[in-house]
Amino acid sequence: MAGKGGVGKTVVTAAVARAAARSGLSALVIEVEGKSGLGSMFGHGGLDYAEAVLSEATEAEGEVRARTITPDEALLDYLRDHGLHRISKRLVSSGALDVVATAAPGIKDILILGKVKQLELAGAADLLVLDAPAAGHAITFLQSARVLLDTVKVGPINAQAKGVLDMLTDHRRCRVVLVTLPEETPVNELVETGFNLEDKVGVGLGPVVVNGVYDPVDGLDADPTEAAAAAGASLRGGEPEALAAAAEFRRERTALQAEQVGRLAEQLPLAQIRLPFVFTTEIGPAELEGLAERFLTEVRALGEVV
Amino acid sequence: MVGEGPSLRQLVEQRRILVCCGSGGVGKTTTAAVLALEAARAGRRAVVVTIDPAKRLADALGLEGLTGTPSRIEGDWPGELWALMLDTKSTFDDLVVANASTTEQGERILANPFYRNISGALSGTQEYMAMEKLYELHQRQDFDVVVVDTPPTRNALDFIDAPRRLSRFLDHRLFRMVTAPGRGIAKAVNVAAQTFLRTVAKVVGAEVIDDAIAFFQAFEGMEEGFRARAEAVLELLSHDETAFVLVASPRRDTIAEAEFFAARLAEADIAVRALIVNRMHPSFGDGRPEEARARAVTLDGTDLGGLYRNLAEFQLVASREEEHLAGLAEAVAPAPVVRVPFLATDVHDIEGLDRVGHHLDLADRSG
Repeated sequence: MAGKGGVGKTVVTAAVARAAARSGLSALVIEVEGKSGLGSMFGHGGLDYAEAVLSEATEAEGEVRARTITPDEALLDYLRDHGLHRISKRLVSSGALDVVATAAPGIKDILILGKVKQLELAGAADLLVLDAPAAGHAITFLQSARVLLDTVKVGPINAQAKGVLDMLTDHRRCRVVLVTLPEETPVNELVETGFNLEDKVGVGLGPVVVNGVYDPVDGLDADPTEAAAAAGASLRGGEPEALAAAAEFRRERTALQAEQVGRLAEQLPLAQIRLPFVFTTEIGPAELEGLAERFLTEVRALGEVV
Repeated sequence: MVGEGPSLRQLVEQRRILVCCGSGGVGKTTTAAVLALEAARAGRRAVVVTIDPAKRLADALGLEGLTGTPSRIEGDWPGELWALMLDTKSTFDDLVVANASTTEQGERILANPFYRNISGALSGTQEYMAMEKLYELHQRQDFDVVVVDTPPTRNALDFIDAPRRLSRFLDHRLFRMVTAPGRGIAKAVNVAAQTFLRTVAKVVGAEVIDDAIAFFQAFEGMEEGFRARAEAVLELLSHDETAFVLVASPRRDTIAEAEFFAARLAEADIAVRALIVNRMHPSFGDGRPEEARARAVTLDGTDLGGLYRNLAEFQLVASREEEHLAGLAEAVAPAPVVRVPFLATDVHDIEGLDRVGHHLDLADRSG
């Protein structure tokens, strides 16, 4: 899952995991940037390097688990697995990892992606959902494997980078889902990121998720006073104005959103999944369930079109 | 709305440095540009250092190419408005050249492959260079006020910690040991370090390590200058001439990040002087969302029911936003809280900046 900061990438990540679970698949969510509100969307606390179960499996549903991956911890794992336990602690605690990471850029990213690849090959879950770093950074992040193949020509890092690149470019194993808001700047950046990812990394793009689209409401074009007369109801002082102003705001924003969604479809010819704007400021389990359900409805609709 | 502290307008008219900080996607870049424009409107010579403006805003600010030097934006304001985009690499290059004891030392560092990776790969470098540029512009005295946009960092105080962290990095013990001529105990340690590095070299390749060692050797003697500069930058940031402007959006998660941010700044003895909240939903009417919701349910299926449902939804969002904001406003008090509503279109020209500026309610538009 990739997208600019503030577009709700983490919310969509959580919704995709729940949608997978509702379809009977197990999902493992991977966070790479530390602090994230993903846990609280499931009514759970913060996440850790150790896996946590966010929603249990039932007869009909798969479970959702989540964890973080940091370069330091991934490196310790890697060195342990490769019989280099002796130097591992020192490499991390002395801060030498920073020096090494500077010498060979992309090494921290490859440590994370290498761990993801290992989880995938081990069959950690039916679906791994990676909440990638914010937009511009996502390209560097996913590009790290190619860059490292150029700088480090032999040895274990080279092998690791090759394995990661195989995973990223195999469209049956991995897809990048871009997330955006139906607004001008996020759409522009998404289009640019999409083309860059295809050209520079060679990843396959999945459908684009447009987050925060206003659902239609009946009656928005009606005049409040006339609508009240038609319904046989009476309005208090100030209410006609408030109802009319709120309706106008939604109409205007809906039109602006439609324009941006259309522009996105024109400039980036990918299937779109539209998730509704949630009229609250905090996503909890109930809101998340609504989004997951909508995600599945949208996916089914795509299936019918295709 | 304005507490005992200075108003945003006073900050724009009086301070010499304005630092816009906050998490990604909250409109920091635009806010920084607006503050600089308002300062120019107030008759000041203002320069804004932006990190990553959206393309059309960059065009409007005359930043088509990546330029590390300020370019002037002409307009009908009494002051001056200048803008530049942070070029991490060239800022770092200048810093190296300025600190090198000989031209030859500077050139040797600039040519080193390891050095060339620093600007792109070492975490915190961009943050550090943003602060360095700020310091440099401030010292030059060409401007009355420098407005700086900070990188969208997850780790709240990266840009304050970065100067120190980088000077620590450049002074890395491990490489000191490898590069220093060893004698006695130092030599024994040196051997251990060499063994360690050989093992690392097996993993990442010897070339990479050789470049790193060459870099640290070339850097010999420059650490002190870097450390002194880092301290000077930090002092400037906590100085009275500087004001931190916290930018946020009213969602629960970004408010939480902003609260965390304010707390960390307080720990560093830096006060938030103003809070700007972008993307606020307007509030319609003075009724409660529950009442409108109840009416929507009763009137379901009629046009009026739809109108009430819509009103209830926006009233709910607006009241939640205010609730979240209350705690943050208290945490940064007496800093003024300025609300900027959702805008119909994105900001990509001077008129757009003026539209936002209008909501900041700080420009004297009588002239």
